[in-house]
Amino acid sequence: MKEYIKLAWRNIWRNKRRTLITAASVFFAIFFALIMRALQLGSYSNMIDNAVTLYSGHLQIHDQGYWDNKSINRTLVMSDELIKTLRSEEEVKQVVPRLESFALGSSGPQTKGVLVMGIDPEKQDEMSGLSQKLVEGRYFSEGEQAAIVGQTLAGYLRMTAGDTLVLLGQGYHGATAAGKYTIRGIVKIPKPDLDNKMVYLPLQTAQQMYMAPNRLTTISVNLHEHDALQSTVRSLREKLPDDQYEVKTWKQIMPELVQQIRSDNASGWILLAILYLIIAFGVFGTVMMMISERKREFGVMIAVGMHKSKLALIVTLEMVFIGILGLLAGVAGSMPVILHYHYNPIRLSGEVAQSIETFGIEPIMPMAWQADFYGNQTLIVGVIVVVAVLYPIYSITRIRAVRAMRG
Amino acid sequence: MKILTLNNVHKIYNESEVQVHAVNSVSLGFDKGEFAAIVGPSGSGKTTLLNMIGGLDQPTEGEIIVNSTNIGDLKPSKLIDFRMYNIGFVFQAYNLIPVLTARENVEFIMHLQGWPKQRREARSRELLEAVGLGDRMDSRPSKMSGGQQQRVAVARALASKPRFVLADEPTANLDSQATENLLDIMERLNREEEVTFIFSTHDNRVVKKAHRVITIEDGQVETDELQKDR
Repeated sequence: MKEYIKLAWRNIWRNKRRTLITAASVFFAIFFALIMRALQLGSYSNMIDNAVTLYSGHLQIHDQGYWDNKSINRTLVMSDELIKTLRSEEEVKQVVPRLESFALGSSGPQTKGVLVMGIDPEKQDEMSGLSQKLVEGRYFSEGEQAAIVGQTLAGYLRMTAGDTLVLLGQGYHGATAAGKYTIRGIVKIPKPDLDNKMVYLPLQTAQQMYMAPNRLTTISVNLHEHDALQSTVRSLREKLPDDQYEVKTWKQIMPELVQQIRSDNASGWILLAILYLIIAFGVFGTVMMMISERKREFGVMIAVGMHKSKLALIVTLEMVFIGILGLLAGVAGSMPVILHYHYNPIRLSGEVAQSIETFGIEPIMPMAWQADFYGNQTLIVGVIVVVAVLYPIYSITRIRAVRAMRG
Repeated sequence: MKILTLNNVHKIYNESEVQVHAVNSVSLGFDKGEFAAIVGPSGSGKTTLLNMIGGLDQPTEGEIIVNSTNIGDLKPSKLIDFRMYNIGFVFQAYNLIPVLTARENVEFIMHLQGWPKQRREARSRELLEAVGLGDRMDSRPSKMSGGQQQRVAVARALASKPRFVLADEPTANLDSQATENLLDIMERLNREEEVTFIFSTHDNRVVKKAHRVITIEDGQVETDELQKDR
């Protein structure tokens, strides 16, 4: 084998220019494929970080059946045992309790349907940085008879900090839910639909209003790593009685986000496929040229006793070497670029930034730094090289020594 | 006991509905250690005959027997092995592997046969010194003259101690001095290694050196004469 490797290595340098051009085509394809993929995966990660970590959480625990029928009657009791079970998971970073329901909100002559979210002020702030989004007033604390409202909603109800908001709705098991709360602050929520209907109350205040003391609709759980989602969900589903609780992942909670990532990912793969085709045709063309140029030499080698399978092995090794050259150069060239933009994401501005912000996503494009996609690209290009040499290799098996030596 | 026998060998090519009888009813026998030349004008069928003897082409009719093996009965992969172990080739255009040095070219077939490194090195040194290229062992073909390359090709042909060497117009691209040198070397190796040499040629200098001269015309053997005793 050593001899064949030596022969193949020397052969690729017989025509340096052709080798370098072929390796360059692999280099550019790999370089752009890696950069593009890093940007895509980085954007998804950013979307997930923003939408998942700041709003839904990686997973949510509800009373069984709540997700299909979101009623204040399907609430769960916030027990120490439940919280302890959640905290016992190694990957769990934050456990944030909520009580969510709907009500009519009124201020002066204006009335509007609103989403009431009872939150633990400290934990929610830690999770979503709600206090950072204040545009007016101040943040509230647990037990206050106060509310924080979305900026668009405040505009609609013509409220400013210090005004009073009246809420009226249906409480636990048909009780009347009503309350009067001082507007402590107004926040700008980047998601327009939420900004137009969100009313935050301290958790206990909301529980009092809905006559649901110590009850929750949702426990949001954030994890240290996105990748730990499935294993954590599996583990929690085993630990929590399934007739009492349901465990939903962010993918189940926000299918539209999953769909958006999927469709974007699909378009990314189409572009990647085009790059892979460029590599495949580059390698194919080179091997065909190489075989055509060296037909006479191959004829001689077969004549003196070399089996065609060994010739095919040498030609395959030559293409693998060229592929590896391009691949290593592509990986080496893309690494510093990806690392730079991983730590210094591209910051978008203007209308593009605004449209992204409306989805509650920070307008940045970081590049993902993941070892696995380097591995995947290497594997894919390796397979492409092998596939691209299949036909040329077949043509070697058809060479007849006499004809080949005649040229 | 003949080491090579051709019995009523024919080769017919079908070209555009016209049949070309390139080799017509040739029967010959060769003993071990012969130094024979097959001569004839261009298109007489010399190269076709040599290709069939070397197992590179199949006769349309007849049989070629090398040491009791009818090479027409061998499957393609067995035929490749047969060539590797039994036949050495010297081509008109040298046909050395350009990326290998003289020594590596000579070792190439020994390597295919799985000779150990030390034996390969000793044999290639011995042969390259025998053809007067002991000081050019590490040179690549592109750094050698035509005569030197053809001497490497002769060393390569003899490397694995074949039963016979087939040389197709080996001197066609050489000047007279290089031709003289090459023929002297081949004659000496024929004697020392006891290997049968069969040339196809129309070069009179080769014909003069040959011990046996077979003349072919229109695919048929016209004359078969011994010139010198071995």
